[in-house]
Amino acid sequence: MRLKRKDILTIEDLARDEIELILSTAQSFKEVSEREIKKVPTLRGRTIINLFYEASTRTRTSFEIAAKRMSADAINISVSTSSVVKGETLKDTAKNLEAMNPDCIVLRHPSSGTAEILARLVKCSVINAGDGSHEHPSQALLDLLTVRERFEKIEGLKIAIIGDISHSRVARSNIHGFTKLGAEVMVAGPPTMMPFGIEKTGCRVFYKIEDAIKDADVIMVLRIQLERQKTGLPPNESIGGLFPTVREYSRLFGLDSVKLENAKKDVVILHPGPINRGVEISSDVADGPYSLILGQVKNGVAVRMALFYLLLGGSRE
Amino acid sequence: MNKLLIKGGRVIDPASQIDGLFDIYCVDGKIVEVNPQSTIRNPQSDNVIDAAGLIVCPGFIDMHTHLREPGYEYKETIKTGTMAAAAGGFTSIACMANTNPVNDNASVTRYILKKAMEEGIINVLPIGAISKGLKGETLSEMGELKDSGCVAISDDGRPVMSSGLMRLAMEYAKQFNLLIISHCEDTSLAGDGVMNEGFVSTKLGLRGIPNAAEDIMTARDIALTGLTKGRLHIAHISTRGSVELVRDVKQSGLLNISAEVTPHHFTLTDEAVIGYNTNAKMNPPLRTREDIDSIKSGLKDGTIDVIATDHAPQTVEEKDVEFDKAANGIIGLETALPLCLRLVSDNVLTLSELIAKLSVNPAKLFGLGNKGTLKVGADADIAIIDLNKEWVVDAKDLKSKSRNTPFDGWKMKGKAVKTIVAGKIVYER
Repeated sequence: MRLKRKDILTIEDLARDEIELILSTAQSFKEVSEREIKKVPTLRGRTIINLFYEASTRTRTSFEIAAKRMSADAINISVSTSSVVKGETLKDTAKNLEAMNPDCIVLRHPSSGTAEILARLVKCSVINAGDGSHEHPSQALLDLLTVRERFEKIEGLKIAIIGDISHSRVARSNIHGFTKLGAEVMVAGPPTMMPFGIEKTGCRVFYKIEDAIKDADVIMVLRIQLERQKTGLPPNESIGGLFPTVREYSRLFGLDSVKLENAKKDVVILHPGPINRGVEISSDVADGPYSLILGQVKNGVAVRMALFYLLLGGSRE
Repeated sequence: MNKLLIKGGRVIDPASQIDGLFDIYCVDGKIVEVNPQSTIRNPQSDNVIDAAGLIVCPGFIDMHTHLREPGYEYKETIKTGTMAAAAGGFTSIACMANTNPVNDNASVTRYILKKAMEEGIINVLPIGAISKGLKGETLSEMGELKDSGCVAISDDGRPVMSSGLMRLAMEYAKQFNLLIISHCEDTSLAGDGVMNEGFVSTKLGLRGIPNAAEDIMTARDIALTGLTKGRLHIAHISTRGSVELVRDVKQSGLLNISAEVTPHHFTLTDEAVIGYNTNAKMNPPLRTREDIDSIKSGLKDGTIDVIATDHAPQTVEEKDVEFDKAANGIIGLETALPLCLRLVSDNVLTLSELIAKLSVNPAKLFGLGNKGTLKVGADADIAIIDLNKEWVVDAKDLKSKSRNTPFDGWKMKGKAVKTIVAGKIVYER
């Protein structure tokens, strides 16, 4: 099997059957990571470049491990050690990397749309590992896999996404992903963190976290991304001024055991990481029995193995 | 003596309410006769243009261009910019002050006019800065700017955020009867937005600039015009709210306010950004269908007086980058006419109304009595247009030094086939 596409840029343009193919492929790859020899020869001789313009531990490591468990050669380039600091443009970087004949470039970039722009510039596959506030498709796929494992379905579930929807690529990808697979998505956060017209993507909007989590099967807590909340507002205001203080945010939207009392008994909690403990989620909830956070990380490797396999491996159609 | 006879064309001159078959006779750069066909006898001219089947109208006057010289000659020069303008039927273009150095003093104005004389092929009308260095802090020497040839003042591209300074500028400019052209944008609301704030920006994950950023400053500048009784011209109007504010104040008839719109703001919506097309990135940003509809009604009822290009050349290097990093603006001189003619085929404007917004209206705002009309005695600045000429935009073939147009590959109908400045043909195809 192989996806009939060159790149994975967004969940928005993946069809439902493509998402399901990726999930079932990922499921079958999970077993590889449980072996003593955690390696299959499937992508031997393939070259994968992780090109990261933004700090990342989890995602970059996950892509690298996924590539290596498939026996591909993985090269990591991060901005601080590359020519980008010398002022090289994205286009020149892309053309130079392409000249070394990689099979796939995994790109993380602070500007929305850059993965799509890169994909137009190079002949090899491009996987978007997060572009600005736009999409983070592999994160949504691992979230889908984690939820599907727990509930054995996605259809009909209620998913509450809590936090800064405006600046979250994880939220955008997950709204598309869960809606495509038939779940109902509810988002909650302060109005300053709700982008214009988000309800038109098919989700319901709440300003009270309690209303959103009441009937939820899954609560996804987003990280408060301090580095992204720049606006034209006066500087030196707390977190760009999108909310008054961390204390108030935490009081209104931080998920803790008190707010969880009104949730379903079998609710599960996801967080894309890294966690700001005590801000958007309390430690007892993050580490508690409802939390699937570490399961997400485990599934991340499997999903990324599946993406490499479906783009680079298998028989070409 | 330099003589030119334009025979048999359909002459449309909104200023003198002429629309019919006339011959136009020009001598030494002036129009000396406009008469029904074949009544001009013995023109004694070797230069005869057969304009049968073509429109003959006043050459277009663009109130809003960026010629990039001095300082950014790698994007555009006065030579290439005026060549692009001539190819679009323009005979006069006003150039904004955001050059390097800024056109905030007479020496820069004189430099621009000297270069235009030497290398430009059409008339260049400099616009001076409102504030020194476009910094929005202190007034420029408007008196000297006016004396050295500036036709208006503007900090275009850098909104004057201080209401206090804008008030002073409007008051001070009154003594010179100088028009103030305002780029209406509240930068604290626009923030670091890169496109219109709406559902498209939500989907693309790009930071948005809300309509309110423009509406608020339009309202402020209208209030300041009321306070100062100055002359205000709103540049590149893009929102429904701004159109309605200007309409209301015009209906009251109390203030001296005018407005312009660019062809791209009545042609494209923010959906043009999809795919992260940096040639759809400009400021003000492309808005929505609702805004376009409102702009068209504003063009129709006269709320919007002028169509101007906001021709803003940028190099490939400045556009072929991440969307956030890409420079704002598009070139527009060579694509303006066919986009404007769509307003005629869509019954928004009559051909005569359209020509007025491209010629006599800007001429009046700049106080150029001899331009924007084909009356006897006027400057012989004339555009000859083939309404039915079909062509495809090829960015590589444009006269501008830059290539940043979202209309590359578009099928167009209507083209200037001859452009005449002071009785001399400066462009023909």
